[in-house]
Amino acid sequence: MILGEITLGHYLALSGFLFVIGLAGVLLRRSLLIVMMSLELLLNAANLALVAVGRFQGLPDTQVAVFFVITVAAAEVALGLAILVAIFRVKKTTAVDSMANLRF
Amino acid sequence: MEQIAFWSLATGLLTAATAVILLRNPVSSAVCLVLGLVFQAALFVTLEANFLAAVQVIVYAGAVMVLFLFVIMLLDVKAEARSPLPWAKGAGVAVGGMVAVLGIPRLAASFPASHKTLAWGEGKSLGSAQELGSLLFTSYAPLFLATGVLLLVATVGVVVLCRRDS
Repeated sequence: MILGEITLGHYLALSGFLFVIGLAGVLLRRSLLIVMMSLELLLNAANLALVAVGRFQGLPDTQVAVFFVITVAAAEVALGLAILVAIFRVKKTTAVDSMANLRF
Repeated sequence: MEQIAFWSLATGLLTAATAVILLRNPVSSAVCLVLGLVFQAALFVTLEANFLAAVQVIVYAGAVMVLFLFVIMLLDVKAEARSPLPWAKGAGVAVGGMVAVLGIPRLAASFPASHKTLAWGEGKSLGSAQELGSLLFTSYAPLFLATGVLLLVATVGVVVLCRRDS
């Protein structure tokens, strides 16, 4: 059988690759919307690692932590998008390069 | 069975994630992200975190991504004139699949303490709503209340930020 047993390492490796993809999006994309979506990918990579560790080590507390992460992520997205809308009204663009100055 | 589920979900998740950062139309990216989040919810089910899988679909794939799509349509953002990478679409699928199939076993083998495997159903009680709720309302009750305050502050903040001066 080519497919071996699935271990904690598999989930952690998947989480690591997901984190790398998200980080690449945060660093390389110019649209603030895509950057925020990549941030969601980063949070999800962390969530996956937490749930996997909790499952294999028998710790239900990690799932509570993931619960809080999801809540905070929802608040973060709401505030981030509100700031994005406020900036868009002034600048008419979502490119991060246009947000280099500290005051309008 | 478990292996097939893991490998197909892992490939799907990484492919969707790669598509999110490579596609140039924000709506396509958002839809791919929804797809990825659903894949991750399914991975939570393979980890027997059933309650979190439901929360993931309802809160993330439902509420958060609808918010994203609303803002994209509100702002009327055009696709970026120049593609970030012209060969993005095919490459994204290829890279996601290759990373999943070739990368994960190599990296997984390098974690020394991770060779433990668990039988399906062994962690059943761990991820139930009952277990999570009893933890949430006893040991983590103060944090739970703080989260409520956080959401209130976020809501008020959003209203203040988006208010138009009249």
